[in-house]
Amino acid sequence: MTRYPRWKFFLLLTALVVCGLYALPNLYPDAPAIQISHADAGGEVSDVARQRVLAALDEAGLSHGPGESVGTSLLVRLGDTEAQLRARDLAAVELGDNYVVALNLAATTPDWLRSIGASPMNLGLDLRGGVHFLLQVDMDAVVTSRMEAWAGNAKLTLRDAGVRYRSVDVNGTTLTVTFADQVAADAARAPLRQALDKFSMKPAGDAPETVLVLNDSALKEMQDYAVDQNRTALNKRVNELGVAEAVVQRQGADRIVVQLPGIQDASQARRILGRTATLEFRLVDNSVSQARLRTGMAPPGLEFFPFKGQEGRIVALNKSKIATGDQVIDARMGFDQQSGSPEVNVTLDSDGARRMQRITGKNVGNPMGVLFIETKTDVKKVEGEDGKLVDKITSSTDKFVINVATIQDTLGSRFRITGLDNPAEASELALLLRAGSLAAPVSIVEERTVGPSLGAENIEAGLKSMALGLTLVLIFMIAWYKLFGIIANVALLGNLIIIVGIMSLIPGATMTLPGIAGIVLTVGMAVDANVLIFERIKEDLRRGLNPRQAIEEGYARAFTTILDANITTLIVAVILFAAGTGSVQGFAVTLFIGILTSMFTSIVGTRSMAEMVYGRGARAPAKLSI
Amino acid sequence: MSKATMNINFMGARKPLGVVSLILVIASVVLLVTRGLNLGLDFTGGTTVVVKSPTDVELSQTRSDLAAAGYGDAVVQHYGSPKEVNIRVAPEDGVDADEVGHNVFAALQGHNPELELLKVEYVGPQVGDELRDESGTAMLLALGLMMIYVWFRFSNKFGVATVVALFHDVIIVLGIFSLVQWPFDLTVLAAVLALIGYSLNDSIVVADRIREDFRNSRQNDPTQIINSAVNATFSRTINTSLTTLLVLVALYFFGGEVMRAFSEALLVGIAVGTYSSIYVVSNILFMMNVSKEDFIIPEPEEIDEMP
Repeated sequence: MTRYPRWKFFLLLTALVVCGLYALPNLYPDAPAIQISHADAGGEVSDVARQRVLAALDEAGLSHGPGESVGTSLLVRLGDTEAQLRARDLAAVELGDNYVVALNLAATTPDWLRSIGASPMNLGLDLRGGVHFLLQVDMDAVVTSRMEAWAGNAKLTLRDAGVRYRSVDVNGTTLTVTFADQVAADAARAPLRQALDKFSMKPAGDAPETVLVLNDSALKEMQDYAVDQNRTALNKRVNELGVAEAVVQRQGADRIVVQLPGIQDASQARRILGRTATLEFRLVDNSVSQARLRTGMAPPGLEFFPFKGQEGRIVALNKSKIATGDQVIDARMGFDQQSGSPEVNVTLDSDGARRMQRITGKNVGNPMGVLFIETKTDVKKVEGEDGKLVDKITSSTDKFVINVATIQDTLGSRFRITGLDNPAEASELALLLRAGSLAAPVSIVEERTVGPSLGAENIEAGLKSMALGLTLVLIFMIAWYKLFGIIANVALLGNLIIIVGIMSLIPGATMTLPGIAGIVLTVGMAVDANVLIFERIKEDLRRGLNPRQAIEEGYARAFTTILDANITTLIVAVILFAAGTGSVQGFAVTLFIGILTSMFTSIVGTRSMAEMVYGRGARAPAKLSI
Repeated sequence: MSKATMNINFMGARKPLGVVSLILVIASVVLLVTRGLNLGLDFTGGTTVVVKSPTDVELSQTRSDLAAAGYGDAVVQHYGSPKEVNIRVAPEDGVDADEVGHNVFAALQGHNPELELLKVEYVGPQVGDELRDESGTAMLLALGLMMIYVWFRFSNKFGVATVVALFHDVIIVLGIFSLVQWPFDLTVLAAVLALIGYSLNDSIVVADRIREDFRNSRQNDPTQIINSAVNATFSRTINTSLTTLLVLVALYFFGGEVMRAFSEALLVGIAVGTYSSIYVVSNILFMMNVSKEDFIIPEPEEIDEMP
């Protein structure tokens, strides 16, 4: 054997030590904990609140950690999951509405490891339990509502310019303004072009009309804005739900991924995420006769809405709004002091408050109604133009009055809403008002919920199959290749440590059940390189080469074949990562990392060890244990 | 083992096995066309609910509970153990399709309050269609890239032989999934893609050796050359397959329900792939009349190019 460079061996050793160090945190199991954060984003947990929670836990006889600050929130460690659940309820009662209490898992990584930035691997939802939602933003609704607004804008512009028009029609992203004659149409072009600068105007034709088409860039900008705005609102809602380490991410042009690890009640989450509820405050017109209300034909300036929970009762509301849900800056659930029925205490922003003050001041003694507006979306199969069934998202809007009350006095920025069925409804409404409405309706197009016990089962299944597979391979290699088998096994174990270390080091990498399968498969395939090398060595020995030459030749001649094997699998891993979703991507990641590291350990690693046994330092071996 | 040189007459069984391969491939294609794959939830859309009960669950009871709740069409099966039940509801239109899973669980829990929800998966119809299209593309892309790789790597005849072996393996595995109607979902797709990499690698090792022996051997008979090359790589072929099969068996028995279909696909695939790397590769080489002349390196040209 010629001189095998020492530095390769030290490089390997360094990689092993570093990765081993970063793999260590995975050995420390997570401890159950509760996470307390302020209900307002960015708010700190006060020291008083902290003392109160700890005192409440002491009183209940639960042993707990001292409470550590993580970002702006407080993490309190508990002994077991049962204590964790009790502590959550205790803390929620103790702190009330101002704080959000969530279940979480606290890493128990020792300080010295944490100081070098080591932390355990991220576990996917299939291993830790939780909910994954894929939400589709209804772009048609976004476009329609914005186009309606622009149509209104066009009308206003024409009125201001003193140009008479017949109609303004919206069709997709096209606005068509029709005039009585060509003169009016010509006069309208300049003001319209100025007012609707995001549209391109079609050249004037024979018909007395002006056609404006929304620019593609403006359309895209509008859609981007809607998706981003929705993402922000969803993020707020998720924070309100009190989920630790939640993920809210945009995916593609019109979708948003929401991942809520460890959540127990998926149905509450889905209800809150998908809802687009908002409120409007309007004056009630009691002068409309019952007969007229029943016809459903509202006189100009008024609109008729059903009253929630009261069959047949119709309320006539003024079309103009006093205030709307997006002017709400705070909303809290409370209880009426006399009747004990649930209510929502609302705080308006300065614009809303000013308007509320002005209008209610003029209308003391008159009734005001609270209109509840909720958009629901469904995916339906409809027949497309070519006769095939295609999916279409349709939204329907429910509007009903939830409360009518006489204005007793001038209302300012704070007032309360009653007429809610139960505390749960009140608290959800408060949450939705606080978190802000969605810019566009969303529908859930994919959901994957994994219960916490299944997550634990999956981890166990993954580890068990890995342990068994590994043991079988280790035994096989020793039985077949003797000392060289042991060398290959050491390299294989080193390879596992390096994979886990790298997975823990990459911040975005997530371990999933298929990811574990990827590692298990790597175990099977990593020894392939060694099998190739060792078979070549055996063959060279049979051809009569001396042991050192055989080792040299074996490694050299097997190299291209090993490269082949790994390149084909690397290509596959890259395709899988690009095409797969969630858990399958986990498989692609571990496969990719596993192949790269196994090349390193099973070529450089085993060679270094073979060198130590049969190399320079030792006497020339007469025979190899292979 | 290491002392004696193996000499099995692999090529003796070449012709009958070639016929067997051909029949298997044709049967697989026919099955795939007529019967198709039992596509999993990922590709069809719909809802799957998995629940666990502290006691054994009577499927008939579950079915009648579901029928009462309006899900009479649901497919109900035990999931790994008699205590766990898997309920699959076909995609449906209209109101609250995404809430089916939770409605199903609520209906079952009414009868058995101790029921635990292990898993709900809902895939909307359009997401299912997209995943199906993307997966098909991914598989074709993988096969295409492998062909490009092989094209760079080999001369025509060897390239064709390894690619045919690759398609042979993938088609037969899909055929078996169609025959047994094992569910085909995203994890199985991952397994099939992994198999594409594995199978090609296996064939390349054998093909490489055959090529090497054609160049170096003083023999002229292709049957002899191929036979000795297959013999020389045989223990490698078997050992690699064996170590991989060992870990897959571990995954099959202990990996849980999610990993079962994944390991099934790879177990079948690696068995077929090992066979094809020996027989399909050599059969195709024979069919194309591979001979020593294919490896004569054209020397004179280099001289012409000298300045």
